[in-house]
Amino acid sequence: MKPPLFRYHDPASVAEAVALLASTDNAKLLAGGQSLMPMLNMRLVLPDDLIDLNRIDTLAHVRENGDVLEIGAMTRQRELERSAVVRARCPLLTAAIEHVGHQQTRNRGTLGGSLCHLDPSAELVAAAMTLDAVVSVTGRGGERKIPFAQFPQSYMTPAIAPDELVIAVSLPLWGRGHGHAFLEFARRHGDFAVCAVAVMLEKNAAGAITRAAITVAGLDAAPVRVAAAERALLGQAPSEALFRAAAEHCRELDAVGDVHAPAAYRQHLAAVLAKRALAEAAARCH
Amino acid sequence: MTTETRSIAVTVNGMRHEREVEVRLTLADLLRHRLGLTGTHIGCEHGVCGACTVLCNGQSVRACLMLAVQADGKEVSTVEGLAPDAQHLHPLQQAFSSHHGLQCGFCTPGILMTLVEFLRENPAPTEAEVRVALSGNLCRCTGYQGIVAAALDAAQRMRAAGQA
Repeated sequence: MKPPLFRYHDPASVAEAVALLASTDNAKLLAGGQSLMPMLNMRLVLPDDLIDLNRIDTLAHVRENGDVLEIGAMTRQRELERSAVVRARCPLLTAAIEHVGHQQTRNRGTLGGSLCHLDPSAELVAAAMTLDAVVSVTGRGGERKIPFAQFPQSYMTPAIAPDELVIAVSLPLWGRGHGHAFLEFARRHGDFAVCAVAVMLEKNAAGAITRAAITVAGLDAAPVRVAAAERALLGQAPSEALFRAAAEHCRELDAVGDVHAPAAYRQHLAAVLAKRALAEAAARCH
Repeated sequence: MTTETRSIAVTVNGMRHEREVEVRLTLADLLRHRLGLTGTHIGCEHGVCGACTVLCNGQSVRACLMLAVQADGKEVSTVEGLAPDAQHLHPLQQAFSSHHGLQCGFCTPGILMTLVEFLRENPAPTEAEVRVALSGNLCRCTGYQGIVAAALDAAQRMRAAGQA
């Protein structure tokens, strides 16, 4: 239960980190370390080079830029949790973070690290999927932006090349009157979700739903947007019957069972949590 | 691959230590094996149990999930630094004693350090808030009742003493 031997690098700039990635062929990037350090301690990863990003100050920031929230990849989860601008403009992210691990892990854990680790039940991954986040990565070939729908390639595998690193995440902001909800079921507070549901809703002056985003996490290899449920809500007035019908689409999602819960139970949780989350988000719309 | 080392300087409980360390050494092992501060316990070594919780620049962290080289230039606080002197306990330690907040004591150092940060940020917590704050620290003896009672009592003692 001790980390294996590796060469340690702690670059002070993104350019240095990119150069290191280009000159090594079995390197791991160390962000907050709340997933990679356990994997090193358990020898589940055996990198020849460890590139520690913690000295790169330019990667930690939260900026409201017009109708986009720009968050540096190395911004600590605890900083996001306490950020007034996140709470005011993107409360879904605040609500999701309150379920992420514990204060001791949020003090170190970063947004970029969680998105790249891409645990199927990770709350920040589910929030990024719901918010249509755009991930900025850079590498030898220059900078590019990845829409979050294309970010998970497969189980715990983000669409990042081995010589690239995530530098920032942009969250397009919804209108100030939008409603949000993030609900999850876990055995203990701070555990990864057995199932989590994130919802964003917008209504018009007449009370009809004009925009909806629903994500279910914990069922399969990566969280999924439930397009059928989103479509069922558009143009409708919020009601318990509408939410129940829309939420039933979550029961039809592919699911994988494991030691924590069988597939059918996860699908049931998805439908129940989606119905509750829709009602909660609708109540917050104004 | 050869063993790579670096020289670091870490301030622990107000005392500066300079050491040449392997780059793969964890902060928890630095404290215990290189500095002899065995009050910080190691339970799971993968960030689940919370026994190794210490403060790094005032923030609670899992010492098994940080490398010693990452603590270079930082201020670390451990359970050894809690009591003001050899005759007196910290109010949290007093409350744990009064309320039977420990049995075997293995998880206690991590819980105390977690609560130091928690009560600093939330000096008048509810019981529910205390339970959430403790969710990252596993205790297999007490059932948490005594720990929660001790945390709430310590909060009150620290408010009364103007320490929180």
